Amino acid sequence: MSNIIKLEIYRYDPEKDAEPSMQAFEVPVTKAGMKLLDVLNYIKWHIDGTLTYRKSCGEGVCGSDGLNINGVNGLACITPIAGLKQPIKVRPLPSMNVIRDLVVDMEHFFDQYRSIKPWLQADSPLPEHERLQSPEERAELDGSYECIMCGCCTTSCPSWWWNGDRFLGPATLLQADRWLKDSRDEKIGERLDQLEDAFKLYRCHQIMNCMDCCPKELNPTKAIDHIKRTLLIRKS
Amino acid sequence: MSYLSNDQIEHHFHDVVIIGAGGGGLRCALQLADANHRVAVVSKVLPTRSHTVAAQGGMNAALGNVNSDHWHWHMYDTVKGSDYLGDQDAIEYMCRAAPRLVRELEHQGVPFSRLEDGTIYQRPFGGQSREFGEGGQASRTCAAADRTGHAILHTMYQQNLRTGTHFYDEFFALDLIMDKDGCQGVMAWDIAEGRYHLFQAKAVILATGGAGRVFQMTTNAHICTGDGGALVLDASLPVEDMEFFQFHPTGIADVGPLISEAVRGEGGYLLNAEGERFMERYAPTAKDLASRDVVSRAIALEVKAGRGCGPNKDHALLKVDHLGKDVIMERLPNIHELALRFADVDCTKEPIPVMPTAHYTMGGVPTNRFGEVVYAGEKGKGMAGEKEKVMPSLYAIGEAACTSVHGANRLGGNSLLEIIVFGRACGDQVIKHLEDKNYHAKLDPDCWKDGVERVERWLSDDSNESIRISKIRDEMQKVMQDHFSVYRTEEVMAEGVVLLEKTLESLSSGSIEDKNRIFNTELVEALELENLMALARVTASGALARSESRGAHARDDYPERDDEQWMKHTLASIKDGKVELDYKPVRTIPMSVESFPPKKRVY
Repeated sequence: MSNIIKLEIYRYDPEKDAEPSMQAFEVPVTKAGMKLLDVLNYIKWHIDGTLTYRKSCGEGVCGSDGLNINGVNGLACITPIAGLKQPIKVRPLPSMNVIRDLVVDMEHFFDQYRSIKPWLQADSPLPEHERLQSPEERAELDGSYECIMCGCCTTSCPSWWWNGDRFLGPATLLQADRWLKDSRDEKIGERLDQLEDAFKLYRCHQIMNCMDCCPKELNPTKAIDHIKRTLLIRKS
Repeated sequence: MSYLSNDQIEHHFHDVVIIGAGGGGLRCALQLADANHRVAVVSKVLPTRSHTVAAQGGMNAALGNVNSDHWHWHMYDTVKGSDYLGDQDAIEYMCRAAPRLVRELEHQGVPFSRLEDGTIYQRPFGGQSREFGEGGQASRTCAAADRTGHAILHTMYQQNLRTGTHFYDEFFALDLIMDKDGCQGVMAWDIAEGRYHLFQAKAVILATGGAGRVFQMTTNAHICTGDGGALVLDASLPVEDMEFFQFHPTGIADVGPLISEAVRGEGGYLLNAEGERFMERYAPTAKDLASRDVVSRAIALEVKAGRGCGPNKDHALLKVDHLGKDVIMERLPNIHELALRFADVDCTKEPIPVMPTAHYTMGGVPTNRFGEVVYAGEKGKGMAGEKEKVMPSLYAIGEAACTSVHGANRLGGNSLLEIIVFGRACGDQVIKHLEDKNYHAKLDPDCWKDGVERVERWLSDDSNESIRISKIRDEMQKVMQDHFSVYRTEEVMAEGVVLLEKTLESLSSGSIEDKNRIFNTELVEALELENLMALARVTASGALARSESRGAHARDDYPERDDEQWMKHTLASIKDGKVELDYKPVRTIPMSVESFPPKKRVY
């Protein structure tokens, strides 16, 4: 591998630019196993302090640095440079309002999450000890509770691009399914009533971009399918 | 428009302002919002990006789900783990509250892993024993696989969505509004909009987390910059015990990400270059599950003796493959993923390269067990037994605080516990405080000026002889790494203190390229660097002064603990630009049980 990493990065400064543009950068390889976040940090700390992006944990658990990398959504901090075609094209998450450079407005995304009431709902009196749940019942939550709300899946979904105002999108629906599957939750009926909607749920056409790009290797399409099947069973 | 609002500033009124949206801040917000108070959570990142999310192994509570357990044994382990610097009233409170609060978390929806009988899964962790060290290893750490922090943080966020807590996301706290009656609020900078906000409140709670980024190599997120401690120092108040910084034995070598103690709890162990399981020599009974300070020192000594692994002979190996792929994928899936991504190692087949890595800030803003910020008063008075004073309307919780339940060394699994226990306790204390505080105070009309000045200094500066802040930060982190690491000596530390003062000088001629107001992350990094610098200085001075070895503070030149001289908390403040040290006694009297007197720590 050459000692120089070439990138083209989406730049947009709302205070100065009328239009966004792509800017080329060249960054030296400083260590083995470099991730895209290391390269962005190198630019910010050594070349151009104005480059703007979000970062926090740097190890793929906080979900801050979801980006569109060579056309595929992923987290900068766990995307290795090796294996990326150069120049690496780095853009903000698609279809989102860009605040500046690679930073997008996540408000609508989190509003949709809130709309499904993503908390445990149960009316029965609290037991003295924990609510019991068998390891098998708990295993039902594997594949959904791990979601880090980075938005990679939702912003890769063409249906959400078109109908994002009403279609809940893969991340929120994955969480909706998590509460349907939690043996401790007692509001499955109400939750299903809320989801049974031509737009909120049924805009998913199984394009499966969500599953393809999920940095935690989760499968929102499968979860959406499970919600649809649960609704079908309830009807029949 | 409220009375202090102007073109630049918006003036808000809340009952309570909480700075920080990690597990501690959100648990506290929940307590207050459920009591119908108007709570604002001001956080520099979106709440789910807070560093609680990265906690892995679990949360200690003497539930006794695996084998019998008692909160009193948990208390003994915590006092011993703290190397007798922990305050025993706070420790008793925490350990007694633990079982109830873990179950409460379960009721709130945390997806804990389960045992066959349906109860919460608990695993063994370092420094845990039964029957006051006599009954063998305990299994006290409640876990959601190895993603417990993520599970708890998301649940706390969900609960706050339920209660309608007011979130001010991506707001940076600049300055505490202090007057003769205590803390009246905080000035903050809206990062996305580039505007100032004055949050006036009847109580202000600092829940800003740790300061791991003072070191070069750390398991901590980029955001862990000790913002609360720095705000308090700026208000001429002290921070406590900052010289006690935990080095986690198993950060991934040369990169930093944490490999949870859960790996050793589930049966993993450490090897040196000779393939020897060396912890058997350092801790014959607990072996790899000795306290973190003990294991980190053992690795450092093995490396020093030339038995380090790898081409640079600078790390140890953590073997886990003998557990089998099924156990690893069920209980340690996140570890498997991290090792693969950051060490290029499939831990179901090969050992993981690890080294001691800066991990946890035991010190912080001094508080009592109600979360109230305390200070000792005039120099010397604290030691003479003068009662410490409470700073009205100012509170601190979690890693930002020094309560002190961790003393000189924190036990794994006690930090998630601390944020939940004291998040809630502080909430209850603030509820009482609000009973007699019906109105917001009248503010000094100029109170917003210091906060504004802090930002404008960076945005207006256009000096030519500028030094990049990233360069200054690198220098500061390197000084801390080289001079205040696992083993410390007088000479090396004294040199470090001098070098730090030099980097401080260069900060005054530091500048940023980005002069924009909208989403200026370079500005945020500059403000964070100011905070880090203040904390690095007090950490260094406190460490240099403490001529003993205790917990995480290990000195080559003073290898023994000195209870006569040093069984006391350090209070460091910055007066007229200089670090001043003061001390206060350890609270050795618990709430209801007998005190655990100091004895030699053997694992």
